[in-house]
Amino acid sequence: MTRFGFVMANLFRRKTRGTLTLLSVVSAFLLFGLLQAVHVLFNAGVDFVGATRVVTQARVSFTSALPLRLLSEITAIPGVSEVMHETWFGGVWQTNTPLTTFATVPEQLHAVYPEWVMPEAEWRAFAATRTGMIVGRQVADQFGWKVGQKIPLASNIYPRKDGSKAWAFDLVGIFDGKDENWQRQTTQEFINYAYFDEENQFGRGNVNIYVEKLKQGADPAAVAHAIDARFENSTDETKTQTEREFNVGFVKQIGDIGLIVRWILSAVFFTLLLVVGNTMAQSVRERIPELAVLKTLGFTDASVLGFVIAEAAAFCILGGLIGLALATGVGALVERKLGGFLPLAVDAGVWATGFAAMVAMSLAVGLLPALRAKRLNIVDALAGR
Amino acid sequence: MWKQCLAITRLNLYSIPRRWSSAIVIVVGLAGVVAVFCALLAMTEGVRTTLRATGQPGNVIVLRAGSSAELNSGLSREAVTLIREAPGLARDAAGHPLASGEIIVVTELLKRGETSGGANVSLRGVDPRAGFALRPQLRIIAGRRFTPGLRELIVGSGLKREFQGAALGQTLRTRGSVWTIVGVFESGDAHDSELWADIDVAQSTFGRTGFSSVLAATDTAPGSLHVFEDHLTSDPRLNVDVQSESDYFDSQTRTFRATIGVVAGVVTFIMGLGAVFAALNTMYAAVAARVREIATLRAIGFAGGAVLVSVMAESLALALVGGVIGVLIAYLLFNGLTVSTLSDNFTQLVFSFRMTPRLVARGLLIALAVGMIGGFLPALRAARLPITTALRAS
Repeated sequence: MTRFGFVMANLFRRKTRGTLTLLSVVSAFLLFGLLQAVHVLFNAGVDFVGATRVVTQARVSFTSALPLRLLSEITAIPGVSEVMHETWFGGVWQTNTPLTTFATVPEQLHAVYPEWVMPEAEWRAFAATRTGMIVGRQVADQFGWKVGQKIPLASNIYPRKDGSKAWAFDLVGIFDGKDENWQRQTTQEFINYAYFDEENQFGRGNVNIYVEKLKQGADPAAVAHAIDARFENSTDETKTQTEREFNVGFVKQIGDIGLIVRWILSAVFFTLLLVVGNTMAQSVRERIPELAVLKTLGFTDASVLGFVIAEAAAFCILGGLIGLALATGVGALVERKLGGFLPLAVDAGVWATGFAAMVAMSLAVGLLPALRAKRLNIVDALAGR
Repeated sequence: MWKQCLAITRLNLYSIPRRWSSAIVIVVGLAGVVAVFCALLAMTEGVRTTLRATGQPGNVIVLRAGSSAELNSGLSREAVTLIREAPGLARDAAGHPLASGEIIVVTELLKRGETSGGANVSLRGVDPRAGFALRPQLRIIAGRRFTPGLRELIVGSGLKREFQGAALGQTLRTRGSVWTIVGVFESGDAHDSELWADIDVAQSTFGRTGFSSVLAATDTAPGSLHVFEDHLTSDPRLNVDVQSESDYFDSQTRTFRATIGVVAGVVTFIMGLGAVFAALNTMYAAVAARVREIATLRAIGFAGGAVLVSVMAESLALALVGGVIGVLIAYLLFNGLTVSTLSDNFTQLVFSFRMTPRLVARGLLIALAVGMIGGFLPALRAARLPITTALRAS
């Protein structure tokens, strides 16, 4: 029998106990995988967003408007290559599904966000169709929207000139992200600002934010500072941040999700540590005479220590793998069911953190019983003292 | 039978201290589950009570039709005049209708400990007379009310606690204007997360001619709410929604509450599953360690049912202890903890975690359920032990 076989055989010597221990490890890692994915989700738009863009909002808050006339002034600031603007439309699908809809200028969007991938013909159609709308792949998949459809949307902010809040747009394109991270962000819709601005009842010529694409090599902090300095002490003071800071700031307003996730995870792992640790201690206690026999046969103290740690590690790793695999499946299922609104991706990053957790757990639960096994005195153990 | 059950159960419970190292698995496992469950739900409970407390009975809020929040709403000066003169409203001693035309302006403040970023907070312009009369729950706890006509602010206690630069005497610069904070108020509801100013000053400073909403008190006479509502909705010059103040505030963080509810459900379910496995493990071990003892009891005439009950009782007792510890942990760590989140108005709502008796009961119920499931199979095994072989077990 190989050493590996020996460890595996011991694992399920007590079938019920082995299985139950394994199952509790599995459920802990299932939760671990899902919570990590949530954590990543809320920090999304953070890690992969480069420092190539800065975002300008009104200094008081991004909910208040900036006039459209800043556009030319911002474009003239050194270091800025392209500028676009966005206005939150407050889109609502059917009665109660809020959407992430922005009014923007198609050509500007295309120039500032090369990360959105769509056939040129569709970009041209978007620019040429006043009532045009383009939507991210995830949105289109979720609602089953096809290019060419007329999409009725309500706005919970902007009434039309006739007072009604029922808008309708022609779906002229569906965009993808340039890579997996960006694909996950394809949960937005864009509409034509020119049409929006003319048709809505108030707020003519106002936008929520400007997004500036920087020239190659321009220092984001310096450009941001230059923009804010340009409008200082005017009626429209601005606050410019890198896109990354802007996104982080936005998520932070919801609350410290990271903190909550960490709290739950530490509670879960503390509990798990105890459960698995206890099982290991119990199984070593029961096998004291056996371990003594092993030592008598010539196995060194170190190899007995190794056996016990390997057993703990086997529980943690086997359970961890199954748990993470389940989490991956559940995540994919949720993603398919809820579409873009909860893109739970248990990805490579989550798996890597998971592996680190498995190793740490193995040592934490295995070390004490293993040391006990190592220090075992053969004579006492065989005599049952 | 009863006596038998009691006797063995007592025997079991008294022997727990001798087996504490495995018993503790159930206790700690459930403490973890219950603590997480209670902490998450204490958060939604806190938000809910904060918002629900905001509505005074009889108060109604008028928004532009279809607006879900004050921020999205807008009413012209003429509309507000029409609303104030509508029948069905209560009047103050001087005969003025109890109605306050208000605006919400969003401004940014830094949370405590932040040096960059900033979070949205609401600056509410209120009618200096009706605004306070309509909210009798509001008390000035430091300083004084703002003076009508001056750029003065009073700040909600929650905001003052959670954000920088909002203390008494400080000046606040926003949209090119400078305001002095002259008072701190406490109302125990959503207004604690707001800055208040005189409506006229706010309108002229921020260049707004209209209003966001009208808060009004309806007359105590029965049916006056309907009179008021019918009057407004039948007036062709108006396009407004009327709802009770409490309904409005209750709807403000529905999404947030629903999300936390789902998270709490999923997390508790998976953790609970893990705890069931751990409990099963512990109870199987507990039964295995006492095979001979149980067989002896059976041999001298104790019934299988009594053994079953005793094992279940042990599991439930341990689970209950775990649940109580979990509730205590959640209570000590989280009850009263003040945090803030984004409301539908897109501004920060400061609230405190709140452990309610109902929440405690639900937490303990979960603990007992896990204890019950985790104890049943091992109890069944104990009750069905073949006496003769079990007696010879080593």
